[in-house]
Amino acid sequence: MSDHEYTPKSKVGKWFNDRLPLLTLANHLTDYPTPKNLNYWWTFGGILTFCLITQIITGIVLGMHYVAHADLAFQSVEHIMRDVNYGWLIRYVHANGASMFFLAVYIHIFRSLYYGSYKSPREVIWIIGMLIYFLMMATAFMGYVLPWGQMSFWGATVITNLFSAIPLVGESITNWLWGGYSVDNPTLTRFFSLHYLFPFLILGLVVLHIWALHVPGNNNPIGIDIKKPSKDTVPFHPYIVIKDAFALLIFLLIFAFFVFFSPNILGHADNYIEANPLVTPAHIVPEWYLLPFYAILRSVPDKLLGVIAMFAAIFVLVILPWLDTSKVRSTVFRPIYKQFYWFLVADVLILGYVGAMPAEGLYLLIARVATAYYFAHFLIILPFLGMKEKTTPLPLSITEPVLGGSTDMAMARNNSDFKDKL
Amino acid sequence: MKIFLKLTFLFVIISSLILSRANAAGEQQELLKVDWSFKSFFGKFDRASLQRGYQVYTEVCASCHSLKHLSYRNLAEKGGPEFTELEAKAIASNFEVTDGPNSDGEMFERPAKLSDKFVMPYANVQEAIAANGGAYPPDMSVLVKARGGGANYIYSVLMGYDEPPAGMELDDGVYYNKYMYGNKIKMASPLDDDIVEYSDGTKATVDQMAKDVTTFLQWTAEPHLEARHKLGFRVIIYLSVLTILVYFSMKKIWSRIETKV
Repeated sequence: MSDHEYTPKSKVGKWFNDRLPLLTLANHLTDYPTPKNLNYWWTFGGILTFCLITQIITGIVLGMHYVAHADLAFQSVEHIMRDVNYGWLIRYVHANGASMFFLAVYIHIFRSLYYGSYKSPREVIWIIGMLIYFLMMATAFMGYVLPWGQMSFWGATVITNLFSAIPLVGESITNWLWGGYSVDNPTLTRFFSLHYLFPFLILGLVVLHIWALHVPGNNNPIGIDIKKPSKDTVPFHPYIVIKDAFALLIFLLIFAFFVFFSPNILGHADNYIEANPLVTPAHIVPEWYLLPFYAILRSVPDKLLGVIAMFAAIFVLVILPWLDTSKVRSTVFRPIYKQFYWFLVADVLILGYVGAMPAEGLYLLIARVATAYYFAHFLIILPFLGMKEKTTPLPLSITEPVLGGSTDMAMARNNSDFKDKL
Repeated sequence: MKIFLKLTFLFVIISSLILSRANAAGEQQELLKVDWSFKSFFGKFDRASLQRGYQVYTEVCASCHSLKHLSYRNLAEKGGPEFTELEAKAIASNFEVTDGPNSDGEMFERPAKLSDKFVMPYANVQEAIAANGGAYPPDMSVLVKARGGGANYIYSVLMGYDEPPAGMELDDGVYYNKYMYGNKIKMASPLDDDIVEYSDGTKATVDQMAKDVTTFLQWTAEPHLEARHKLGFRVIIYLSVLTILVYFSMKKIWSRIETKV
């Protein structure tokens, strides 16, 4: 980025750009050399940016009509649904938008896992991404509390109670979080405040995420280093822009289907019952996107260890670039890892499923096995597999995937490094 | 296009997971299914049924169940029962509301206006509980959305009163219902044939009234359902056309280089 040479054509442009190089930035973004073999799994970055902006805009409008008070919150949401012009649309977009956001982020994360996008030199992009993911979960959780329905209230009670598992100071921390001795009005008002703040933190991290991405450039499905710009790359505009736009439109069709024809299917019916501290719902379940972690939490018999396991499940992702010892990025050239990858996908889906089921009998047993496998994948399989696995030959470049293919992986890597220096 | 097959596959898996969760909560007797006019892609309310449903609500349900999020003006709004404004005014004027304070600082009673919220049957939750043997008759504004099976569940409960199975002991004031969670309900069967007299000549059978009042409650829960379906259809058409145009633009742009997109 720093070596980017650009001089605006107009005099005014040059005058301005010398003082604030916004035009250089714009030029960098349009010219940004992107591998031309990116598949549609790479379009989710753009989709996620769209999701974040949508959530922020709809959220700001909702915030104009919503009342963060335990006695009025539920009523104000109904006011939005009934009396605010197109309030039903704005709220349904916001509520379903959260689910679509998570759908996209899970695809984005699993794409990274498949193509090894978290590996050197992209560790920092990955870690920022994990921070964003963590903040997204916190934001979504607090947002779900705001309508002050039964699931809001009891979900908040269950999750905030997790902190009471911390030895010695747990109870004090929980009371501090609540602003009292139970989930009540002070909890609601602070959740609203933080729910409004966090998306802007996420936005800042997204800028860093993209910045960090633009230093090494995109990974690609083959996972080899490429020379940029070269015949292996295309400028971001118009090639990637139009492709991202196409993928976004497909995504929007699914989004619109939920918003207009099934707006409540992703939520829980109990959240249309006003919060009642005296009546506990039969099953307290979080939103679908938190279910795998909920399953991990409940699969450990000890409360404190369960909480630790849940946070560890996210933490192993943060340190993933150092757990995966394989130098080959793309799963395409890792036949054994490919199978383990799909096992992991299945494992997470199973965790999500049992997270929705009552924690008893067979479900609990499955949850325990799946939790154990989840950690085994990252802590045992990945480190050892990277050292033992015999990978298939890497191509030299995107345009010469077959011709330049070398049987010696190390040689291929050296060659591509060599080509970069030319 | 292989990618879209994969995406669809993933989408199906995830939605089935979500649906399985939705079903997990209520492993109950399968609900009665009605072919509701408001269900489909272009679903609309049956206007006459909404008006009849309002009648059932006022004459039967309203003595215990509130509709606190609704105003009388809603009855005349588009997409609802669509009473004329005069009819809605006449309906409202049947109810007394407390207003004030007036210039003397006194609260006073006056007939309800279109802008007033529906009058509540009880002054507060405690009174409602006390008057109903310890069970709170839930507010019905969003009841359809607050129950797993939605409209089918409400209809099923209304139709589900039966003799308890042999060996089931019921306390005084508790009734057996096939579809209620736990099969016990504190509300006596509210509907009997001809308990209301429909002005449009429809025969007021229990089944007919149950359907009408459920339709009405679907509307109270989703007053903008018709607008949503209508706008949704337009949005889908718009997005589809735009998707096709962008697809061909993309093909054209990418044809400048050899890589397929």
